[in-house]
Amino acid sequence: MAKTYNAGVKEYRETYWMPDYTPKDTDILACFKITPQDGVPREEVAAAVAAESSTGTWTTVWTDLLTDLDYYKGRAYAIEDVPGDDTCFYAFVAYPIDLFEEGSVVNVLTSLVGNVFGFKALRALRLEDIRFPVAYVMTCNGPPQGIQVERDILNKYGRPLLGCTIKPKLGLSAKNYGRACYEGLRGGLDFTKDDENVNSQPFMRWRHRFDFVMEAIHKAEAETGERKGHYLNVTAPTSDEMMKRAEYAKEIGAPIIMHDYLTGGLSANTQLAQWCQDNGMLLHIHRAMHAVLDRNPHHGIHFRVLTKVLRLSGGDHLHSGTVVGKLEGDRDATLGWIDIMRDSYVKEDRSRGIFFDQDWGAMPGVIPVASGGIHVWHMPALVNIFGDDSCLQFGGGTLGHPWGNAAGAAANRVAVEACVEARNMGRELEKEGKDILTAAAKHSPELKIAMETWKEIKFEFDTVDKIDVAHK
Amino acid sequence: MSDVQDYNSSLSDAAVSRKYETFSYLPPLSTESTRAQIQYIVDKGWNPGIEHTEPENAVSNYWYMWKLPMFGETDVDAILAEVENCHKAHPDNHVRLLGFDNFAQSAGTAMVIHRGTSV
Repeated sequence: MAKTYNAGVKEYRETYWMPDYTPKDTDILACFKITPQDGVPREEVAAAVAAESSTGTWTTVWTDLLTDLDYYKGRAYAIEDVPGDDTCFYAFVAYPIDLFEEGSVVNVLTSLVGNVFGFKALRALRLEDIRFPVAYVMTCNGPPQGIQVERDILNKYGRPLLGCTIKPKLGLSAKNYGRACYEGLRGGLDFTKDDENVNSQPFMRWRHRFDFVMEAIHKAEAETGERKGHYLNVTAPTSDEMMKRAEYAKEIGAPIIMHDYLTGGLSANTQLAQWCQDNGMLLHIHRAMHAVLDRNPHHGIHFRVLTKVLRLSGGDHLHSGTVVGKLEGDRDATLGWIDIMRDSYVKEDRSRGIFFDQDWGAMPGVIPVASGGIHVWHMPALVNIFGDDSCLQFGGGTLGHPWGNAAGAAANRVAVEACVEARNMGRELEKEGKDILTAAAKHSPELKIAMETWKEIKFEFDTVDKIDVAHK
Repeated sequence: MSDVQDYNSSLSDAAVSRKYETFSYLPPLSTESTRAQIQYIVDKGWNPGIEHTEPENAVSNYWYMWKLPMFGETDVDAILAEVENCHKAHPDNHVRLLGFDNFAQSAGTAMVIHRGTSV
């Protein structure tokens, strides 16, 4: 029986609220935290979110009847209280997989965090999590190389990787910059890193930086006998320019390049990741702008979603926060999204803020990068929290060593190896960290001085964005 | 500046400067620690393997395999004995112990137990 056309405005819940719907294995599922305007029923606003992020618009249109909207529509299928917060609630929405172009996280986000976020019936809206069905995951290119391949390329096994962001962030000449890299690498780092805002400014154009840094890598490799890299930032004003810089990095033999996936954009990131896979390059991903999107507990996109989006778009490293350093990061939530980066199957776990089971199929993992305000005293906790498949980056904690970058690097390398050795022997790092580091410092004057320099520094501010738990 | 200590490393002084990845920034592992590291490999369910190389060829991915990886071997003494056998046969070479993780299809860990004569 064909439907008839009735012009006018219908309540969203008549069409888009389907509490009896059982999501299909192929549906894309989303969990939104919705803060409605006063007086709007939960079902109506949940249905409105489902509608506005899929097929719906504010009024009935005759062309609705030319298709099977009941098939294509998003469905709000569940509502839950937010523990400890009565101003908002969770709404779960299922979308048929046909709504999204294959291999395009751009398309998924354009729907799910598009117009709906400006919708007037909402005071605030936050995308808490997305379940990507494995059928969709397998259409995406994902990380260019993945964790195991990176280890094989770099010959690094059984310990976290060590990095350092070169400071000052801006203003060094290319030759001085290369010097800072060389000193860190010869001291025992695996990587040095361009700061995110180092692109190609007048004081240091990208090509000079690439050339000098490559000499630093080659010399440090010859000197130490170990493989080294520097994240050459190819983030650029246009994707053509980005590709030009990436091609040059490959031409001079750089093993790894870097991109800022949010400010640079997801199309550019996906393009670069595919190119890296085709060209045997590793890709380090920075996340400038993430806190604009993910820090407000009521509005925006949670970082676990941005993590999934990056794994699908492609990157071998992604900044994850440190838990212990100077930047925001709740411990349980961080453990949740580092699982999302690395594991092949992640179970729903509300205590870590994970709302859905997520099957990654054959997609490789991403190495979480802990960076920002960390130093040797944090090493035991970092090794315990992040494990071996991680990259620990000490910027000031390397370069601020009283004897310079090489000594700072050596201090961190000794500390990380001492922690790994102790962990493998069954010792508890966070409890015995001081003893472990103190013993290691007997053989390393560099570590001893580092421990004396930084012992008083702590970062103990409360976290703004916490996991939702009952506080009352 | 007199308090600042020089970082002693150079192309020409291989004995001081060349490293070989995990644990090479620590003093040589004690026997107790070596045994514990082997136990760790066993406890992880990894397959122990031994490789060696002349120090001047250490940058290669492929060191010489000492026999085959010891699939399913869980006896720490037996594994340690093979490390020593390799070292006795090649006293000037680096000898490293690996734990092969067949699920990750990658080494779970690798460490040089005997440091060869650097050149």
